[in-house]
Amino acid sequence: MQPILEIRDIDKHFDISGSLLDQLRFQGGKLTRQRTVVKAVNGVSLDVLPGETLSVVGESGCGKSTLARTVMGLYQPNRGEILYRGKRIDHLGSTAMLPYRTRMQMVFQDPYASLNPRMTVRQILEEPVRFHNPSLNRDEVSDRVAEVMRQVGVDPVWATNFPHEFSGGQRQRISIARALVVGPEFIAADEPIAALDVSIQAQILNLLMDAQEKLGLTYLFISHDLSVVQHISTRVAVMYLGCVCELATARELFTSPRHPYTQALLSAIPRLGGRAGGHVKLSGDVPTPINLPPGCVFHGRCPHANERCKRDIPARLTLPSGSVVACHAVEEGRI
Amino acid sequence: MEPLIQIKNLRVDFALRSGTVRALRDVTLTINKGERLGIVGESGAGKSVLGFSIINLISKPGRITGGQIIFKGEDIAKYSLEKMRTIRGDRISMIFQDPMMTLNPVLTIGTQMKETIHAHRNVSNREAEAICLEKLRKVYIPSPERRLTQYPHEFSGGMRQRIVIAISLLTSPSLIIADEPTTALDVTIQAEIMDLLLELCETENMGLILITHDLAVVSEVTQRIAVLYAGKVVEIGPTRQIIDTPQHPYTQGLIKALPQMAGGKRRLNQIPGMMPSLRDMPSGCPFQPRCTERIDKCIHEIPLLTPVEGGGQVACFVRQGGM
Amino acid sequence: MQTRWTRFKESYMLHSFLRDPVALCSFIILATLVFSAFAAPVIAPHNPYDSRTINVMDARTPPSWSEGGSTKFLMGTDAQGRDILSTMLYGMRVSLIIGVGAVCLQAFIGIIVGLVSGYIRRLDTILMRIADVQLSFSTYMVAIFIGAIVQTAFGVAGYNKVAVPLLIVIIGLAEWPQYARTVRASVLAERKKEYVEAARVIGLPRIRIMWRHILPNTLSPVLVISTVQVANAIMSEAALSFLGLGMPVTQPSLGSLITAGFQYIFSGSWWITIFPGVLLVTLILVINLLGDWLRDFLNPKLYKG
Repeated sequence: MQPILEIRDIDKHFDISGSLLDQLRFQGGKLTRQRTVVKAVNGVSLDVLPGETLSVVGESGCGKSTLARTVMGLYQPNRGEILYRGKRIDHLGSTAMLPYRTRMQMVFQDPYASLNPRMTVRQILEEPVRFHNPSLNRDEVSDRVAEVMRQVGVDPVWATNFPHEFSGGQRQRISIARALVVGPEFIAADEPIAALDVSIQAQILNLLMDAQEKLGLTYLFISHDLSVVQHISTRVAVMYLGCVCELATARELFTSPRHPYTQALLSAIPRLGGRAGGHVKLSGDVPTPINLPPGCVFHGRCPHANERCKRDIPARLTLPSGSVVACHAVEEGRI
Repeated sequence: MEPLIQIKNLRVDFALRSGTVRALRDVTLTINKGERLGIVGESGAGKSVLGFSIINLISKPGRITGGQIIFKGEDIAKYSLEKMRTIRGDRISMIFQDPMMTLNPVLTIGTQMKETIHAHRNVSNREAEAICLEKLRKVYIPSPERRLTQYPHEFSGGMRQRIVIAISLLTSPSLIIADEPTTALDVTIQAEIMDLLLELCETENMGLILITHDLAVVSEVTQRIAVLYAGKVVEIGPTRQIIDTPQHPYTQGLIKALPQMAGGKRRLNQIPGMMPSLRDMPSGCPFQPRCTERIDKCIHEIPLLTPVEGGGQVACFVRQGGM
Repeated sequence: MQTRWTRFKESYMLHSFLRDPVALCSFIILATLVFSAFAAPVIAPHNPYDSRTINVMDARTPPSWSEGGSTKFLMGTDAQGRDILSTMLYGMRVSLIIGVGAVCLQAFIGIIVGLVSGYIRRLDTILMRIADVQLSFSTYMVAIFIGAIVQTAFGVAGYNKVAVPLLIVIIGLAEWPQYARTVRASVLAERKKEYVEAARVIGLPRIRIMWRHILPNTLSPVLVISTVQVANAIMSEAALSFLGLGMPVTQPSLGSLITAGFQYIFSGSWWITIFPGVLLVTLILVINLLGDWLRDFLNPKLYKG
């Protein structure tokens, strides 16, 4: 099956050193120019297959949101290619990108920041329809908007209200409606339920799954919540410090995780009715993405790390089960 | 079991310009010595207000308007601020979601810890430092001697929360109130902090009130759980019982809504609607508009907590036999 | 379904406004002043521009309630025999036109520069340095410079004709960086928000995102500084007129009225200066009080002038 989206060896670095004057340092009697670069995403390759939900999980600062934004063209990758249905899109200008804008959409994390507070719901939802279909007349546009609003469970009667008049869950529905209204086939969802209450989370997850079933959508689902990921995903990629350390089907990943980080992450999920303790203890803290450790990025906290892990970056290894793991210990059969 | 704190019919109101918001309504709870109690609820249910009101830290428009909080035989809800200060921090400590609420960014960890000790106890500087080191070791902070001279910004989020826990331990309190202590942290760090809290409570025989929205976290750490909905306790009982056989329709819905309870089913169980605004409460049972098992009585009368089998209490007419 | 009007009637803004006595009083006074300034030709007892009605014999008549006063001139007359009350009303109109006009110009330049420099980072440094340079010239320096050139070029008579638009341009050009900085600061805060990213994902062009999405969300601080800036512009105009670089005595503004009376203040004709002075202070005060209320009402954190 041809993947709908191919991410090939993407790097995304952010220069946070400020202006030229801020970069100058006086060291050892010499004036030097120092740059501070955050290496948010490093050499990530992923394929997203049509109709699946590929989840990207990881802790804060692992680069998962940056990856989603790079895919959507909000950031330019420093290296690598992004292909949509076989066509390269990462270097396109805004006009050449337009046809892809109706096919790829995004849902954001914070329902309070992702809707323009000065626009009514109708304006928010009509703008993308009008922009991409200038030939539609007024009635056709408002029919389309009303149809999508009903689909996400917001009564079209409320279209004249402003976002602040809605609850968090309702706003997230509107935010999903804005993505659906242009009729996309691929949606990148960046932590779409992280800011919501438990009982509302279930409503939004159900909505996303229903929309996928009905419209045949493909999701790139970004989340830090493993139990949500387990429920919604077809395949899961685990990220740590900008690198993918394991990629497997959801079933495989949650039943037999191979990478030591995945194992630690899974054992840390609080289980309903479980007992605290017995978590895999990771030593130390997550290093900053400014000074990436050499070798495997996880070696500082890994219980199985040896000299080779500190030196060489592990290659991607495809296991017989189909999972992809980047770990020397797995490759050498140590774990 | 000996009760440590008894909360009786506690009411907290917020007098806002647009009217009075009743944040807590007749909350009754008992925490025994050395017991770990979880308080679970969604945002706006009043769980943080409950935590703050126990140590009388409710800020201005809010006020305790009724009920008692009995700690060591005295009603501390009526204490003056001055008198409350001796209890706060000394016998009851609080841990917040954001460690920086407790830590002062411009003072070293050592200074802040010693300050806390001197405020409550008359000890020499050297003794104070010894206590600090002991507590820092208890929360597994490596090389505590060096850490004492560092500032809060030199620590990671998880480490900061450990330091806050160490500070709360300084005066050997009999109760710790932890308000969403791990919500801002990553899941691996959260697991470590929770393990640590559990271990400390067991070794020091401390009581713990764990306030959180995360049922799974509470279920791993606590012995009893109280479920808060719209300012009222709707169900309270032993943890196992609440998780395995929840009685109140809200608790049931909440647990079934968790993805891990979906059990292979694709669609999650969802509770329709959302929590009512505290200014605009429905008549009768606060959950009644969202409840699928509602009977007439629910609309007209407010259910009270009544004991059910297994040692729990539920505020629901349907569970209490319908009539 | 709500109309804009019912929305406004039920809004918290109106509620908070009606409950604030200072804001309410200031608004009433300001509304009265503005109304009487623009209705001056109708309500003023005399027309100070009509030289036929002016009689030099009436010059320096004291206010009607003091000794030697005349009921014909409620607040007395100035050195040319013009009725003070009428001149003040006409003068306030000139002051307000210059103040509001200058602020419109400032806002126009400032908002565009602020938007562009906040949203297009490549232009940021250069535009903000230009703003810094502009701010380092004081308004008066710019005004004296331009005023002097125009007066030499067109002569005094020519200058008098173009005085109003000229003052608007001078004060407008001198103060736009205030707007540019405020707008830029809030654009920087807004552009990081997810709704801007959402607009980019939709594929909207930059200009449209700037105008339709970012600009409306930066308008509250603009509104707040506008009130302060109107007061400042009126003050600047008064100060320039006081220095003789503003409005000529034939079309007086409040500032030139104060100057005109200043030379008689020690000979006992205090009313020529004091009445316009009090009016100017009142006008500035109520505008500033309203601005304070507006700032407190709209998120106070946003306002960093």
